Amino acid sequence: MNAIPGRIAPAPLLSVEGLTKWYGHVLGCRDVAFDLRPGEVLGIVGESGSGKTTLLNCISGKLTPTSGEVRFDTRRFGLTDIYGLSEPDRRRMQREEWGFVHQNPRDGLRMRVSGGANVAEPLMNLGSRHYGNMRQATIDWLDRVELDTRRIDDKPRNFSGGMQQRIQVARNLIHGPRLVFMDEPTGGLDVSVQARLLDLLRELVRDLGLAVIIVTHDMAVARLMADRLMVMKGGEVVETGLTDQVLDDPQHPYTQLLVSSVLQI
Amino acid sequence: MTDKPLIIVEDLAKTFVLHNAEAATIPVFQDLTLQVAAGECVVLAGESGVGKSTLMRSIFGNYLPTQGAVKVWHDGAYVDITQASPHEVLEVRRRTLGYVSQFLRVIPRVPTLQLVMEPLLENGVSFEEAKDRASELLSALRLPQAHWDLPPATFSGGEQQRVNIARSFIRKYPVLLLDEPTASLDAENRAIVVRLINEALAEGAAMIGIFHDLDVRDAVASRLFEVSQFKAAA
Repeated sequence: MNAIPGRIAPAPLLSVEGLTKWYGHVLGCRDVAFDLRPGEVLGIVGESGSGKTTLLNCISGKLTPTSGEVRFDTRRFGLTDIYGLSEPDRRRMQREEWGFVHQNPRDGLRMRVSGGANVAEPLMNLGSRHYGNMRQATIDWLDRVELDTRRIDDKPRNFSGGMQQRIQVARNLIHGPRLVFMDEPTGGLDVSVQARLLDLLRELVRDLGLAVIIVTHDMAVARLMADRLMVMKGGEVVETGLTDQVLDDPQHPYTQLLVSSVLQI
Repeated sequence: MTDKPLIIVEDLAKTFVLHNAEAATIPVFQDLTLQVAAGECVVLAGESGVGKSTLMRSIFGNYLPTQGAVKVWHDGAYVDITQASPHEVLEVRRRTLGYVSQFLRVIPRVPTLQLVMEPLLENGVSFEEAKDRASELLSALRLPQAHWDLPPATFSGGEQQRVNIARSFIRKYPVLLLDEPTASLDAENRAIVVRLINEALAEGAAMIGIFHDLDVRDAVASRLFEVSQFKAAA
């Protein structure tokens, strides 16, 4: 790598090394390594069963890897292996500094409380107690994701799938995380809603300097969202690089197959 | 400004290997060398399939060259695009190296004005200034104001192309790669684009272009560059 002279590259926000997960004798993912900087969007692509979600779960602290390290630049401890933290410290760090947007909003929302309460909950978890402030922040975020703020007290089930997904996005960004994980965030949405949500996510990334790891099997979504791509097959990363380079001049046989299989409209 | 070349291509080679077609190899060029100075517009010449676009995309970092170096003058030093990390390439593309293709590729349903403002907003320019400059450029390109609040999906080919040109010229890149930016424009709009190109050259930009239209080519070219002289042996 030729570093640009006179400028020091910003320290990584997240640094993954030798990450491997075995389910008994079945491989989840093997020997994955990468760095992620603030403001960077990393896309993970590959067919189903290629290990994308396993990898995402290992990185996001949901699934203990068999071996390897996931180091995150925590506010309280600096760059630390998240699996070396105590359980309460790790959970606190996840609550304070991360967001996780699930493919199905029902997995990321509490269906029994109102949409507004879902959005405000992360603030409450972080010790905010001023009801008026929280309500105002919630209204601001509902507005930002373009939801009708008059519906703040409606239950999630009374919103459409696309609206639920936007509630989930607001819930995962309201507390000012530095890293957000997204697992097929536009997977279940019709294309008109998908376009709007992609634009919103891009805008938020640009304005807030968020780092994002997004898992998708949709090459068009990957092209529009990600700066960098990691292509997975059979639990291993087979190719990595700039998004447009990986998609326009793929080097690995599997990536070539993947890219050439996309339907054109 | 610097008197050093802004682009230095050294011994560049590109061969495509198609693994799913019995590993067919398609050599395009080899030992290709080219330098472009500030204020200079080098036009790539040669028939279709000779590797003009491949060269352009290799310089942009969109294609991965097989061998050689592509050095771009960025922030007072050369960055080798073929060796730089994705992070560095993106930084060079954000402030130094632009690419105008024939096709507009954007998130659907985003209004035109916002699309043109976006590159400036990404560079930290204020909303008001971005809006002013985008409006100015769209006016200069004679895109009807009634279109500005609409997404470009339903625009004509020529209108989409002008949106594309606006998105690229708004950043005032010091190094610009032009892949047939005037392909679907009428004579009047071609003349406007030629003027934009010449203004940027006068301000010291270095450019490499592909133009099939001979009038446009003659109006902007400092010199021609035959890609075929570096043709790789099959």
